[in-house]
Amino acid sequence: MNTLFLYTMSGLALFAIGLHGLIRSSHLLRKILAANLMSSGVFLIMIVGACGTDQVMIDPVPHAMVLTGIVVSVSTTAVALVLVCLVQETTNRALLWQKRKRGQGGRTDA
Amino acid sequence: MMDVMGFFDIVLALALPWLGWRLLASSDLFRAVVLFISLGLLMSLTWVRLQAPDVALAEAAIGAGLTGALFLSALRRLERLSESERRLEHAGKREEDETIPPEKRRRAKPVAYVLSLFLLVVFVLLLGWSLGQTPGAKGGLGPAVAGQMGQSGVQSQVTAVLLNFRGYDTLLEMMVLFLAALGVWSLTRVRQTQQGEVPGPVLATLVRLLVPLMIIVAGYLVWIGSSRAGGAFQGGAVLAAAGVLLLLANVTVVRQVPAGLLRWALVLGPLLFLLTAVACMGGGGNLLEYPGQSAGVWILFIESATAVSIGVTLAALYAGGRPPAPSAPEKDNEEGPGSGVDKGGKA
Amino acid sequence: MAFLHGLGMVCILLGIPFFVSGTIGLLRFPDIYTRLHALTKADNVGLGFVVLGLALQAEEWNTVARLLLIWLLVLIASSASCHLVARAALRRKIQPWTRP
Repeated sequence: MNTLFLYTMSGLALFAIGLHGLIRSSHLLRKILAANLMSSGVFLIMIVGACGTDQVMIDPVPHAMVLTGIVVSVSTTAVALVLVCLVQETTNRALLWQKRKRGQGGRTDA
Repeated sequence: MMDVMGFFDIVLALALPWLGWRLLASSDLFRAVVLFISLGLLMSLTWVRLQAPDVALAEAAIGAGLTGALFLSALRRLERLSESERRLEHAGKREEDETIPPEKRRRAKPVAYVLSLFLLVVFVLLLGWSLGQTPGAKGGLGPAVAGQMGQSGVQSQVTAVLLNFRGYDTLLEMMVLFLAALGVWSLTRVRQTQQGEVPGPVLATLVRLLVPLMIIVAGYLVWIGSSRAGGAFQGGAVLAAAGVLLLLANVTVVRQVPAGLLRWALVLGPLLFLLTAVACMGGGGNLLEYPGQSAGVWILFIESATAVSIGVTLAALYAGGRPPAPSAPEKDNEEGPGSGVDKGGKA
Repeated sequence: MAFLHGLGMVCILLGIPFFVSGTIGLLRFPDIYTRLHALTKADNVGLGFVVLGLALQAEEWNTVARLLLIWLLVLIASSASCHLVARAALRRKIQPWTRP
């Protein structure tokens, strides 16, 4: 029981770190990594919820859903990575970052 | 012995968020990706500890292995693009502004940083609280699944859920995978320059040794999936790994696969799955309600087809684009020996 | 049976120090070539001991065969990947470490 609580916290922390990274990091590749972390956290919480104890059976339905989720997340990751490459190709940078003109950038940097 | 495992659990549960934090905080993207792969492997260990061997297999093969390979190849492509850009910049004028990494510019705003961190903490606390409030679903659908196992046609509960009780989930998932392949193919083509270098003798031997073995292992995983951990996804992932290995080694066979065959292999799994699902309705049943006692046979049939398609699709996703036009291989061959000579000159 | 089980346990325990030393080498050695050396050599010996221990504890020949196959595959994969990493490093002109 205690172990399961620990893993739930771990999943929650993974989700939070992923969310933080998704918002804070500027490089798109790192954003995708962060989104993957978030999904890992969700999977962890789901599997912990399905975990059986001595009295209760293991619930196979979340296991199947997480299996599905892993495959779906790899497909979305693949498409996202191709899009990142395209962004880099067209704008010369893989950032969701508006390129500022020199005159405008000075004030906020200080 | 239990104490040792408890200690291991604590270390594992602490290592996961720590690795996640390290990988997002590292300034080097390559390091971040490597940390991500190791995080995936630790996740796989966690699945074993949480009695989910099916998920562990899929995570090790797809979550850590293939996703990592995808990230690494995308990273290489990004670096190559930025290198060519830098060369252009050197040729022309150099802009000082562009050399400042944007992360540093962002550091300059501590208020925004603190505020976002605060909001995040509040959000996570709320999330944790709502998680605690959720009515305990202990046991959940476990007894229901166990009660119906006799009709499922397989012995493994996870496989029964995946391909019988909730078959439409898997059907839709195959469609998602197929859509991803379509998306990647419609966005880019594989360029000749991306097709790598000449493989050394070691890599070539490795491929010759491993690829047949991997195909056997994939078949074994699909077969064993009906009674133990394993199944179409795990088998398909191993097939995909074989495909990635072939692509990495730049074996000529890969480029000689006819385009039609490749497309049929991509479609095979989703199409047969869909046809089976509809055929089940023909006998008066619901979608994916296998008739009578034949569920086991149908499941094995669908699993074999989907495993092939999953393998081909994931390998195609790794290749990262539509196969090049038929004239491309000759150009690549010209490039191959050229770079070899170049290497000899340097050495 | 109990004797075999104990012997297997001893083998597994013997294997662990090799893994530990390989990991320490990976963390502490100065350059990529020495790290590869530590990782592949020490870990392969450790893996050999662990597989031997598990095979002694196994109940069926079936399991022993699978364990041996895993051992063989890891040996092939680790040596080949070690070679590939070292080759890539050489190609990038990373100099081997020498005592300063």
